[in-house]
Amino acid sequence: MATVEYRHATCTYPGMGSPAVASLDLAVDDGELMVLVGPSGSGKSTALRMLAGLEMVTSGEILIGGRVVTGAPPKARDIAMVFQSYALYPHLTVRDNLAFPLKQKRVPRQERDQLVEEAARMLEIEEMLDRRPRQLSGGQRQRVAMGRAIVRRPQVFLMDEPLSNLDAKLRVQTRAEIAALQRRLGVTTVYVTHDQVEAMTLGQRVAVLRDGVLQQCDTPRRLYEHPCNVFVAGFVGSPAMNLDRVPFDGTAVRVGDQSVPVPGQAAAAARRAGLTEVVLGLRPDALVVAGDAGADGTPHLSGVVQLVEDTGSDAWVHVEIPSRVPLRVVCRADSRRLPTPGDAVPLAVRAAEAHLFDPAGGERLGG
Amino acid sequence: MSGAAGPGRVTPDAGGPAVAATPEAAARVRRRRHGSAAATLVLVVLAAIWFFPIYYMLIDAFKPGYDLLTYPPQLWPAHWTLSNFQEAFTVNGAGPTVPQPSFLSSLFISVMVSLIVVVFSVGISLFAALATARFNFRGRSVMLVALLVAYMVPFTSLLIPIFIELNKFGMIGTVPALIIAYVAPVLPFTVWTLRGFVASVPVDIEEAALTDGCSRLSAFRKVIFPLIAPGLVATAIFAFILAWNDFAFANIILGNSGSIFGGQAETATVWLVGLINPSRVTPWGELFAASLIFTLPVMLFFLTFQRRIAAGLTAGAVKG
Ligand SMILES: Nc1ncnc2c1ncn2[C@@H]1O[C@H](COP(=O)(O)OP(=O)(O)OP(=O)(O)O)[C@@H](O)[C@H]1O
Ligand SMILES: [Mg+2]
Repeated sequence: MATVEYRHATCTYPGMGSPAVASLDLAVDDGELMVLVGPSGSGKSTALRMLAGLEMVTSGEILIGGRVVTGAPPKARDIAMVFQSYALYPHLTVRDNLAFPLKQKRVPRQERDQLVEEAARMLEIEEMLDRRPRQLSGGQRQRVAMGRAIVRRPQVFLMDEPLSNLDAKLRVQTRAEIAALQRRLGVTTVYVTHDQVEAMTLGQRVAVLRDGVLQQCDTPRRLYEHPCNVFVAGFVGSPAMNLDRVPFDGTAVRVGDQSVPVPGQAAAAARRAGLTEVVLGLRPDALVVAGDAGADGTPHLSGVVQLVEDTGSDAWVHVEIPSRVPLRVVCRADSRRLPTPGDAVPLAVRAAEAHLFDPAGGERLGG
Repeated sequence: MSGAAGPGRVTPDAGGPAVAATPEAAARVRRRRHGSAAATLVLVVLAAIWFFPIYYMLIDAFKPGYDLLTYPPQLWPAHWTLSNFQEAFTVNGAGPTVPQPSFLSSLFISVMVSLIVVVFSVGISLFAALATARFNFRGRSVMLVALLVAYMVPFTSLLIPIFIELNKFGMIGTVPALIIAYVAPVLPFTVWTLRGFVASVPVDIEEAALTDGCSRLSAFRKVIFPLIAPGLVATAIFAFILAWNDFAFANIILGNSGSIFGGQAETATVWLVGLINPSRVTPWGELFAASLIFTLPVMLFFLTFQRRIAAGLTAGAVKG
């Protein structure tokens, strides 16, 4: 169907000093679901709107299906967009909302009706076809918005936080449905969200933006295991990675009164850079509250429990490790044997999973 | 926009079956009933006060001359006649000394002036509303505040300044002058009202139309226009009523000296007042008959579109 490509695409809003999206280089494969993720104001919506033709591209190029569409109006791009607010036409019935893009394309009436029915069936909104948007629940409106996008079979789907107005449970359910629908239709999709869990579960690849600058674009697994800098490391994963500045002696870092050996490649890179201090990144999963010292993996650290968060399936424990500057870390704990605040606990460190970052630029050290 | 669930339809019983679960609730329901009964009574009295002149005009239009001035007045005509209407259309009201155009031609002037005022005020204010609601430009807020201030100035107090201005252009006594004199004071209201309607249409909806394959123009035509249509109707009615009902401007700026298409021009309101002439007996029957005809289009219109007008006047205010 179509690939999407940003080439040095920049968008500066009039009167703004810095660009909202700065020299974005990103290629989306045919049929791929690419997620743009980042904190609020990072330029995700702007990037998407540039692709839709709703925002001026200040410099650079945008290609859809290998064709340069930089200056083309939205209607010339064969894209369909799902808005956060759904943006249904309030004066039209659901049926007419779905038929709207087809009418613009002058699809003959019979075929149009058929396509509308088909989309409605796919999204299970057949019974609502004759209602107005205001007579629908939020979840139903969301479906209609999806329906309006898929009914035309565009080259690219654009979705800007389509789930953020749904309650948590419906969001998870709809997320799975969107993924299934996208796979089934095989339409190239660019999906914007600020929710990193949504990004990781949906995206075949995820592009992390910060202040209009692309930080890293990779598969979810790769983002999780090899974040390219401190920002991505802290943004991806929940609970967030523990990131602390610690002394480095050439082979190991010092955490509290303990020395923790770090992966060889990272250590080598840090040595090459001549660093005596690094930012140590440890996922809560790599830092386990060990019931009894020993078992598998030697407990390296000890600390005092500050707070226990039990979500049912997972339990996270905030532990303070005494040191010159006390470190507060989040660790995983066995939810069947939870410590209580004030307990002194041993922490098993999976040192092989430690990440090192340059404290100056925040760049990743080693592979 | 059927407005079926609009506030206008809420009756005192709308709360569902009046089966009260507790004595307190029952008392509350009773109090509400009493409250609404009192309110209804007040409304009925007010409505009666408002409707009486209209009723009086209605019956007097059908009374023969000798029944019109009886005392006490007849609240129901003893005799019915249509001769008043006949005369209204045949006799020239002002009498032999002042030649006056016919009622029909003055009606024509009123219709024409009002419709042109509607076209101009709705047209101009639509563009102004789109510009001020959708685009950010230098001086936008100054312009909006200026419009609001202009809107607060009473309409009638603008008569003299407008007269002086038009006089400088030598336009007094012409139909275009009257049209300008109506359009100018109407614009602040119509721009603000329409702006509210345009602003209440989320930009997302417009952008959705663009990505669904519309051009800017067709997005306006297919999505924005239907959504602001109630506002267009409301502002059109406002402009029409203002121009149609006005006497002061029509009298001073156009008077009965105006001419159009070679004939004399005055609006129906001026023609009606012209019937009252100290130099002779006022033809009351004719006056009431002509007044009734003059009022009829507006009343019929309101009765037909009542609910939509109410919906239009309130819809822009609340975000949907
Ligand atoms: N119309 C505009 N005019 C000027 N600046 C804008 C405009 N729209 C967005 N911006 C700025 O551009 C930057 C990026 O905005 P954008 O809406 O793309 O962020 P986002 O990543 O989508 O954030 P969110 O998650 O809150 O939706 C922000 O700093 C914002 O203030
Ligand atoms: Mg956004």
